[in-house]
Amino acid sequence: MTKINKKFWLGILVALAFYGFVKVLLTTGILSDVNQSMLLLIGVNIMLAVSLNLITGITGQFSIGHAGFMSVGAYTSAILTLDYNVPFIPAILAGGLLAAVFGVLIGMPTLRLNGDYLAIATLGFGEIIRIIMLNTEYVGGASGLSGIPAKTTWTMLFFFTLISVVLINNFIRSTHGRACIAIRENEIAAEAMGINTTRYKIIAFTIGALFAGMAGGLSAHTFYVITPGSFNFLKSFEIIVMVVLGGLGSTAGSIVGAVFVTLLYTYLREFPEWRMIIYSIVLILMMIFRPSGLLGVSKFSLGKFGKKEAKANDAIKSSGTP
Amino acid sequence: MEYFIQQLINGISVGSIYALIALGYTMVYGIIKLINFAHGDVFMVGSFIGLYSAKYLANAGLPPIVVLLLSLIISMTISALLGISIERLAYKPLRKSTRIAALITAIGVSFLLEYTGVLILGPQAKGFPDIMDKKQYHLFGSSIQVESNQIMILLTTIILMLVLQYIVRYTKTGKAMRAVSFDVEAARLMGINVDRTISATFAIGSALAAAAGVIFGMTYNSVDPLMGVMPGLKAFVAAVLGGIGSIPGALVGGLLLGTVETEISSLGFSSWRDGVAFAVLILILIFKPSGLFGKNVREKV
Repeated sequence: MTKINKKFWLGILVALAFYGFVKVLLTTGILSDVNQSMLLLIGVNIMLAVSLNLITGITGQFSIGHAGFMSVGAYTSAILTLDYNVPFIPAILAGGLLAAVFGVLIGMPTLRLNGDYLAIATLGFGEIIRIIMLNTEYVGGASGLSGIPAKTTWTMLFFFTLISVVLINNFIRSTHGRACIAIRENEIAAEAMGINTTRYKIIAFTIGALFAGMAGGLSAHTFYVITPGSFNFLKSFEIIVMVVLGGLGSTAGSIVGAVFVTLLYTYLREFPEWRMIIYSIVLILMMIFRPSGLLGVSKFSLGKFGKKEAKANDAIKSSGTP
Repeated sequence: MEYFIQQLINGISVGSIYALIALGYTMVYGIIKLINFAHGDVFMVGSFIGLYSAKYLANAGLPPIVVLLLSLIISMTISALLGISIERLAYKPLRKSTRIAALITAIGVSFLLEYTGVLILGPQAKGFPDIMDKKQYHLFGSSIQVESNQIMILLTTIILMLVLQYIVRYTKTGKAMRAVSFDVEAARLMGINVDRTISATFAIGSALAAAAGVIFGMTYNSVDPLMGVMPGLKAFVAAVLGGIGSIPGALVGGLLLGTVETEISSLGFSSWRDGVAFAVLILILIFKPSGLFGKNVREKV
């Protein structure tokens, strides 16, 4: 216990030191605008990746609708600050809460599905949210909302990211987190051990949606404009890619994955016509040569010893300690 | 009533395109349990090959029906080869790894095809040549119109379905495919070459997607490198609707989705069309998780 505690405080200390370092760079103006917006984007992506990791990596529920939650948060908080002059932090929190409500709503009916079917249903939900936004004049329709005040500062973003990482990581380490891992490893066995699987799946979806919503709000207040098109299923894929590249089930992995993908995306912008081609080749090669992700711990699963078990553990089986 | 039937006819011709793509999804999923997201892009490639071969053949002065058949065959053959090479290069090394890794690879392949297309062909849409003259027929003297194109689409779909049904039911490859989809290990023990069977599945699926691509080009007269995304997703929805892994299910799912979409658009809600497609999908999944024609698989402890 003390060992974990020590590690925890060390982590916080390193994060705070990083915060101070960047703050100094910002105040002295060494950091260019491009790098600054990249830094904000990295923070938002870390929140998205860590929250999806809770759903997909820890609880084993494959969701391709994360961008949907993000868009709920982004639109809610943007409307609150634009039309109702709500202060920044309550607006972000409200966006997160509404996204969490959506998490419950989507979680309840679809969690009876598993594996690929759940993935498809969440993909459908994400797209439905996008189409509703697209057809609602109040939120700007296809052209989206613009003129959102750019209130996300480095300090704001840093503390939101830090708090979400710490909260999610503590959840993963708690009894509840263990229950979620049990569901990932074997749902039927977990149920037999007295774990209320539906309840934990909904909890995971809700928490994941909450932080995705807040990340959406933060990104809306970074880039002035949000359109329904920026929250399509490609965005959801991008978040999955971060989680998987980093290493499913590992919080540190999700952070590394988010940083890696954001950097890759930003630096490839200099070769616009080659960008997506290089990106896709990196994806394919990564998956072929290192399918467990950058920080993936070598896995322990019965699947290795027999084909039958591998099949039974359907959906996603990848462990690795968080 | 006539208006409704008119929309039904239009819906069936859109639906047959979905059905042809959905078959590829369903066959690949049935065998290696992979949602092959690159399938929609094979459809795009097929459409472009069809476009260039049709242009070339029409310039050579061949009669329209020969141009159509030849460009269909060329497009289907090259796309089948493409499908096999995608499987060999990208999916085969991953057969033993996790499902999510395979899925990400499929997404990577999809991006690769799309943006290589953009790089080579440019992002703008290209006009598809009119291979056949478009004629309109009136059904039973009423005001319901049927275009010659629509008849041709339906005919092509039906013929390809029959061929597919024949392959899957009566040929050695088809039997091997069914065996592999039932149980890979048992099939291997019975002496079936699993790798070759999987390649054959990809070849057939990609050829059908290519045929759908050519038909799509002829219907909408415009093709672009990113056109595979939405039809691909829709076809996938169709495959799930019908019960993924089931061939008649893919056909019914495609036709159903096409009809529902056309009816929704004709009621004036065309911007809600995609949303309704996904809503139908979710409803079906919730009430009948294995799709309309899917087998219910019991959970085993």
